[in-house]
Amino acid sequence: MRPRVYWPVSFAAAALVALLTYGVTSTGPDTSIDERLADGERVEAPVADLPRLGSGGTGSLADHQGKVVVLNVWASWCPPCVEEMPLLQRTHERIAARGGMVLGIDTQDASEDALDFLRDHEIDFPSLRDRDREYGRALGVSGYPETFVIDRQGRIVAVRRGPVTRRWLDDHLDPLLGERA
Amino acid sequence: MRLLVALALVLGLTAAAEPRATLPDIEDEVMCVECRTALNVSSAPVADQERAFIRARIAEGMTKEQIKAALVEEYGPDVLAEPGDDGFDLAAWVVPGALVALAAGGVILLARRWRRKPGPAPAAGPDLDPDEARRLDAELTAFDR
Repeated sequence: MRPRVYWPVSFAAAALVALLTYGVTSTGPDTSIDERLADGERVEAPVADLPRLGSGGTGSLADHQGKVVVLNVWASWCPPCVEEMPLLQRTHERIAARGGMVLGIDTQDASEDALDFLRDHEIDFPSLRDRDREYGRALGVSGYPETFVIDRQGRIVAVRRGPVTRRWLDDHLDPLLGERA
Repeated sequence: MRLLVALALVLGLTAAAEPRATLPDIEDEVMCVECRTALNVSSAPVADQERAFIRARIAEGMTKEQIKAALVEEYGPDVLAEPGDDGFDLAAWVVPGALVALAAGGVILLARRWRRKPGPAPAAGPDLDPDEARRLDAELTAFDR
């Protein structure tokens, strides 16, 4: 191939490869929270104004500053989310008196189905809607359910990428509930 | 007043002419939001929920465009099986166009080069020696008779 043709073709091929590489690497979940938690850090939780599920207006994690928050990412179509809901509801009731709460993030879910689900399972902790997982991406969410334990200063202390257990919640909540705001 | 009635009639006829939305017609233009495949090939639980959502909107008499707008309202713009027009998604619109332009440029360049290149010279046979030339002339003359 002659140099006059060779260079533009090489440039176009390199640009395509660069674009593909960027596309592939930028679509993976963000693991920076997990890495910093593994190093023993507490990570500033991302905050975003999201619509409240089942009521008007917006809300955010920042509204609950001063409380220990169990932030649970769920969807009504997700069977493991459905399974862990009763445990989360009991946890919400159990920690309320000690300045704790569960905050749901209903994600990629039809709001009617989500509300029906909460009614059917008698869940009364508040939930916000992250309709297109924009907030979830900031949390590095890669599946459902995922749960974050957040201290009274709004920092993530622990993350569970999968269903929670009573033991995992107790291990992380008990020390935090004893901390002062 | 007559003008208003006529306008209402025209609008009514236009609405009536719009074909009724169907699930297969919408499914191939919508994504399964969790598995990122077209809805018509997904069997994920969220895909079932999306199909139920579409069926319910069809039953309410919504048009295809209204249903797609309702899906975006519920699941966000990524639910549509077409790339967005900002950020990295923009590449999906720009790259094919750029490739077509590049290919067209290449074809034009090659065509111009072919046109400029002189054609091969007509093949010249070996020269005849005088005896052979005389014999050829004689034979041709005899042939003409």
